Amino acid sequence: MIQQLPMRDGYGKALLELCQRGEQILVLDADVAKSTRTVWVREQFPERFLDMGISEQDMVGTAAGLALSGVTPFVSTYGVFLAGRAWDQIRTTVCYNKLNVKLAGAHAGISVGPDGATHQALEDVALMRVLPQMTVLVPCDAEETRKATLAMAERPGPCYIRFGREAVPVITEADTPFEIGKARLCRAGEDAAVFANGAMVYEALQAAETLAGEGISVRVYDLHTVKPLDEEAILNAAAETGCLVTAEEHQEAGGMGSAVAELLAKKAPTPLELVAVKDCFGQSGQPGELMARYGLDCQGICAAVRRALARKK
Amino acid sequence: MNLQEMSKTVRSDILTMVNRAGSGHPGGSLSAADLMVGLYFGGFLRVDPARPDWEGRDRFILSKGHAAPVLYSVLARKGFFPVEQLWTLRRMGSILQGHPHRESTPGLDCSSGSLGQGLSIANGLALGFRLQGRDNRVFCLLGDGELQEGQIWEAVMTAAQHKLDNLCAIVDYNHVQLDGTTEQIKDLGDLCAKFRAFGWHVIELDGHDMEQILAAYRMAERFRGRPSVLIANTVKGKGVSFMEGDCAWHGAAPNNEQLARALAEIRGEEQI
Repeated sequence: MIQQLPMRDGYGKALLELCQRGEQILVLDADVAKSTRTVWVREQFPERFLDMGISEQDMVGTAAGLALSGVTPFVSTYGVFLAGRAWDQIRTTVCYNKLNVKLAGAHAGISVGPDGATHQALEDVALMRVLPQMTVLVPCDAEETRKATLAMAERPGPCYIRFGREAVPVITEADTPFEIGKARLCRAGEDAAVFANGAMVYEALQAAETLAGEGISVRVYDLHTVKPLDEEAILNAAAETGCLVTAEEHQEAGGMGSAVAELLAKKAPTPLELVAVKDCFGQSGQPGELMARYGLDCQGICAAVRRALARKK
Repeated sequence: MNLQEMSKTVRSDILTMVNRAGSGHPGGSLSAADLMVGLYFGGFLRVDPARPDWEGRDRFILSKGHAAPVLYSVLARKGFFPVEQLWTLRRMGSILQGHPHRESTPGLDCSSGSLGQGLSIANGLALGFRLQGRDNRVFCLLGDGELQEGQIWEAVMTAAQHKLDNLCAIVDYNHVQLDGTTEQIKDLGDLCAKFRAFGWHVIELDGHDMEQILAAYRMAERFRGRPSVLIANTVKGKGVSFMEGDCAWHGAAPNNEQLARALAEIRGEEQI
């Protein structure tokens, strides 16, 4: 049985590692420290933790000032309240100043579940990837979230990482490579390629296994970096397989699938199917049943691959 | 240095810059001119024009970013860049953007222009300096209109919560915003009482009286245990009779004839 862990555990672990190394960081939270796992820093390194209260816009501005003073801030709260509510602060104060501010959007995607639409970040990737200077990361499991957080700490400039609430299968290991801007090939295949991120990477691997039983060979990539986009991997996959599918726990408009579509339209028009939320809000429910209801699962990806194959010349 | 003379020079710069640019914000630049001269030339802001990126410098955040002309003039007169650069304000490729851009202008500590954000940034700087055991101080100039932004009051609470006594905020209380007076639009009421209620050390002053300005900065510098705010009573468009108190001059450029009259008025005050 594959181990399941919430991705946010990886974020908390990485922050502890940074504190243990004595890095000049300060972890900021907006009254959701238990949810984001920054509570671990509060307990073990209280001098490295600052609870800003329920004031996300002020939190981002404070982080900007910290960065200007030479401290690296890690700004942590739910993705909707960070990328959405504090968007202008992120745009004009963080990005326009090119500040070394690290932003972590927790509870991303529809799998937040019972809390319902208000708390399900489905637009954050779009909001963040349109900003100049910004790096956008969507890791696939707890271990990759840990590595992505550490990589983000090393990379100068504004960076947004989003991760989910629920326990999801841990499909990478300590020695699995992770490099910002490089898609990770998870499974070889020739008939179609799926670019997935977040919890959808596991679903894509399940879909590839299912389709293999039907004689369809599907390649799977973990496209954990939405910006900067790994153009080379996408264009190679398009040339080698002739059709692509993207899969993400996000609105179709403006997300990772859109980024891939923009690239293909400019450089190599190729049949592309997008697995994503189709211009609607989520609702309350159990994570698994919501993912199925909105087509964000193995079945949804299998159907998309079949549609893409049908469009291939 | 004669600070009153410097104020006149800065006011003349503001008007000339905005006239040559054909757009910009003279009203709120003129109201803040004396406060800015007191800060930069009164010995309160530790900076070195030869080393704009010096780590030991104090920081100034212009939260009311549209008052960029007053900051640009003070930076130029302080020696951060040649005064001739002032006449390139708002031109494509200029080091002087319409609103402050950190990377473009020597001596500028932070980009700004979207209102309500500067105090949070100043708090972060003050917290960061404290965390690193550094003695740099932080100043933040706020407009009264932008106090209508909710983020300001979030930041007011943050500064009080963390007792940021290495921070000094200055409110340019000129009572006029783009569409009219603050009283007509969203009244700020008793600002001193509001800041006191939030736990701040409040100093009220006439923002055009240089002695009071210097005394206020001195008091803020010495005060310990709480953040200080200068509530500076000012006049929008101060120094130019036809601009004073008129919201039409919040964001409009004087034409050549208006500029000549305004400059003569500013020079004329010398003879009184």
